[in-house]
Amino acid sequence: MAVDDGLKIELGKQGVFVTTIEELYNWGRKNSIWPMQFGLACCAIEMIATTMARYDMARFGAEVFRPSPRQADLMIISGTVTKKMAPQVVRLYNQMAEPKYVIAMGACAISGGPFKQGYNVLKGIDRYIPVDVHIPGCPPRPEALLHAFMTLQKKIDEQPLTGEGRPRHLDAEAQSEFPVPVQGEHDLEPASNKGVWTVPVVIR
Amino acid sequence: MKTVEEIKAAIETAIPGAGVVIVPNPSVSGQHSLRITPAHAVAVATFLRDDAELSLDFLSNATGVDWPDKEVSEKVKITRTVTKTVDGQEQQVEETVEETQKRVVPGCLETVCHLFSVSKGHGPVVIRMKTANRTDQVELPSLTPIWRSAEFQEREIFDLFGIVFTGHPDLRRLLMWDEFKDHPMRRDYVEPDDFEYEPTAHDEVLTRAQEHQAKLAGMAAGQEGAGA
Repeated sequence: MAVDDGLKIELGKQGVFVTTIEELYNWGRKNSIWPMQFGLACCAIEMIATTMARYDMARFGAEVFRPSPRQADLMIISGTVTKKMAPQVVRLYNQMAEPKYVIAMGACAISGGPFKQGYNVLKGIDRYIPVDVHIPGCPPRPEALLHAFMTLQKKIDEQPLTGEGRPRHLDAEAQSEFPVPVQGEHDLEPASNKGVWTVPVVIR
Repeated sequence: MKTVEEIKAAIETAIPGAGVVIVPNPSVSGQHSLRITPAHAVAVATFLRDDAELSLDFLSNATGVDWPDKEVSEKVKITRTVTKTVDGQEQQVEETVEETQKRVVPGCLETVCHLFSVSKGHGPVVIRMKTANRTDQVELPSLTPIWRSAEFQEREIFDLFGIVFTGHPDLRRLLMWDEFKDHPMRRDYVEPDDFEYEPTAHDEVLTRAQEHQAKLAGMAAGQEGAGA
């Protein structure tokens, strides 16, 4: 911000490393995103493959899958969210500490996918919690998950630490918990959280 | 393995008055099934399992069928006496007319079980049971005490079709939550109206999405009217 890129490189050649708090802070944050260890359906298999040696998510600092929402930064919604499971997913999200991020992985998690008209399938988890990155695919390949991960890293890297668009954990006003839907007699109540999801406009 | 006719005969010899009916399957597989009466179901099932020759020791699949109320129209020949003028004279003449009559065949719920014998290596024997109706008399005897593998499948049938299995050790919903009231696999089940966003709607979904839009438009018009 204060130092221009050319000068930075020039100083680097002289053995002087110049940075800003914001850059350093975001660099640290984006390279230690620990996902929560949970899977919902077949996308979870692809997620597991992403963490193994061939795709090796550890390269991005995300190798530590935490089995507790308290220690996790990233929730990968890997698979179909049934209406029976949705309240638990939202509750787990609420239990995560800020900063927290969500990747909706695969057709089911983003829209209900092939099961969209099923009697027990939620038409996208973004109806209840804010989603940072959506990946289509059925299931998405590990490369797609890595791409989503890099997209999230880029998003984190670009966040200013003050003012508009700052991370939620630095904003006392920001909403961190979202209402858990109640399992009603015919459907989840409410059918979506107001403020999180609005009906997208279809452009034809 | 015995044919269904032989099995039927064997059951009726062992359990007098069991009332087994053969439901023919007209397809190539010819996999006919046996409809048993709920009153004798446990006795018949025990016989099928314990009979030395059949020894159907494994229930591989239990599922449900919903038969909704059906309106059938059939042609009936009716003979009645009509007054007619024949050769200038009024006479009573018997006349036969064909009339189309409509009647409602009451629906029911049905379970279908596929039985195999692991020890003998034969099967399947298909047995069916019908409830009295679809509304208040939906009890059927549970086969879980005879075949343990029926437990979760009967819970699923209870959940999705609403058949109540008497004698089941733990009859709770399996897939839906406990507070849920409907039975999604019934023919007359209507999904909740969450068709607000259907970018690629077609067929039934398109109809539901259009209905949803019409309802929203109606509500908006109503509010405007109230405001003015």
